[in-house]
Amino acid sequence: MQEKASILDKKGISRSLTRIAHEIIERNKGTEFLVLIGIRRRGVPLAYRLAEGIKKIEGSDVPVGVLDITLYRDDLSTLSQQPVVYQTEVNFSVEGKKIVLVDDVLYTGRTIRAAMDAIMDLGRPGVIQLATLVDRGHRELPIRADYVGKNVPTSKKEVIAVQLEEIDSEDKTLILEIE
Amino acid sequence: MTLRGKDLIGIEHMSEMEIQYILDTARPMKEIISRPIKKVPTLKGRTVANVFYEPSTRTRTSFELAAKYLSAEGVNVSGSASSVSKGESLKDTARTLEALGADVIILRHPMPGAAAMMAQTVPFPVVNAGDGAHEHPTQSLLDLFTVQEVKGTIKGLQIVVVGDIMHSRVARSGILAFKKMGARVSVCGPTTLVPPGIEELGARVYNNLDEALDGADIIYVLRIQKERQEEGLFPGLREYARLYGINKERLKLASSEAVVMHPGPVNRGVEITCDAADCKQSVIQAQVNNGVAVRMAVLYLLARGGEASSVPVD
Repeated sequence: MQEKASILDKKGISRSLTRIAHEIIERNKGTEFLVLIGIRRRGVPLAYRLAEGIKKIEGSDVPVGVLDITLYRDDLSTLSQQPVVYQTEVNFSVEGKKIVLVDDVLYTGRTIRAAMDAIMDLGRPGVIQLATLVDRGHRELPIRADYVGKNVPTSKKEVIAVQLEEIDSEDKTLILEIE
Repeated sequence: MTLRGKDLIGIEHMSEMEIQYILDTARPMKEIISRPIKKVPTLKGRTVANVFYEPSTRTRTSFELAAKYLSAEGVNVSGSASSVSKGESLKDTARTLEALGADVIILRHPMPGAAAMMAQTVPFPVVNAGDGAHEHPTQSLLDLFTVQEVKGTIKGLQIVVVGDIMHSRVARSGILAFKKMGARVSVCGPTTLVPPGIEELGARVYNNLDEALDGADIIYVLRIQKERQEEGLFPGLREYARLYGINKERLKLASSEAVVMHPGPVNRGVEITCDAADCKQSVIQAQVNNGVAVRMAVLYLLARGGEASSVPVD
């Protein structure tokens, strides 16, 4: 795969997340009943960073949960081997909460569909909102993000690679092209 | 990581990595069964056939629940209430279930090798839920899972398997499994109930329980099958209980943090006393609970259906 362009550098990612943190507080009029749920893998560090950002602004702690959506995927029967299942760690009740789902890239929307089903199996939230660092288009389901770091028009041949310090030892977001 | 075969027949053919992969998959499954709504849609539309030619409570029920929690359909076939009692052969039963649309067969059968034979008959996964005195792999997987949960690791632990080693598939699979995961295994029982050559599996043999228990981290108590006494393999249940029964006094001989395990069903007062079976060191209830999680992991990992494709996993 060939590197085509850099979309966000370390500063860019940090600015986007700061803005999204502000937007989340504004939209929800504070942090009451607010929880963040990161989708494995790269949605998880992003959710923790947003929680930190919200704390800096409002001074209150927002609970963060971790969601693994493997068991909810709609393509299991088409894969040649079963994907690895990781732990879901949502150690609070979702009942009546304002949930902000956090993921790195929004593409077909199928991951978000799976994530919403997974959350519904944990209880009945008040609202579910979606925050994503990059929205690259090409939706296959009627799903949209409430908070977007950057909208990036892409072709389906391209791959968006979000790299985060916590997992990849460096903060950057690239467009790659399959040769 | 993936499992090598389409079936789960025995611990004997599994690698340490495959075993650990199943245990790692069982952990998120355990979180699911701790929820108020215990259901994920993963195996929607699949059918799991529970074929039991021998009585069983926990194994059959836990396979059934595992399938249900993963949204698969379950059907039960028991030896006495089916065409089996009309003389249908195992192979024909397998073909019938295939024609009826089963996607996985769980088989318990009194004959060693029954599951392996059925696995050759059908193109989809077969899970051995006990074949005679041969193997009972999912029991050992849940035992390993329980030990990892309580002790953190299995490597280096000393485990003593006490009782009827000869007729026990649990003992055979257990010895193989704990050895593969790096534990030191010894067995203890009356000479008549310890098969000659068991040392070849890598287990030390004791006939004196007190010696065997010295420093043990895990005491694995096997069920005494009462019909074995009628065969004259040991003189009496009371004498067995006195020489080989686990009680609170004897527990003191083991490591102070030793845990007591039993595959069930428990003959209270024979192989283990009530106070030892229900004491703080006993993980017998946890074993049953973990059985469901481990069997969910096995069903999930084996039930890869459809055509192979190259859809990337992102």
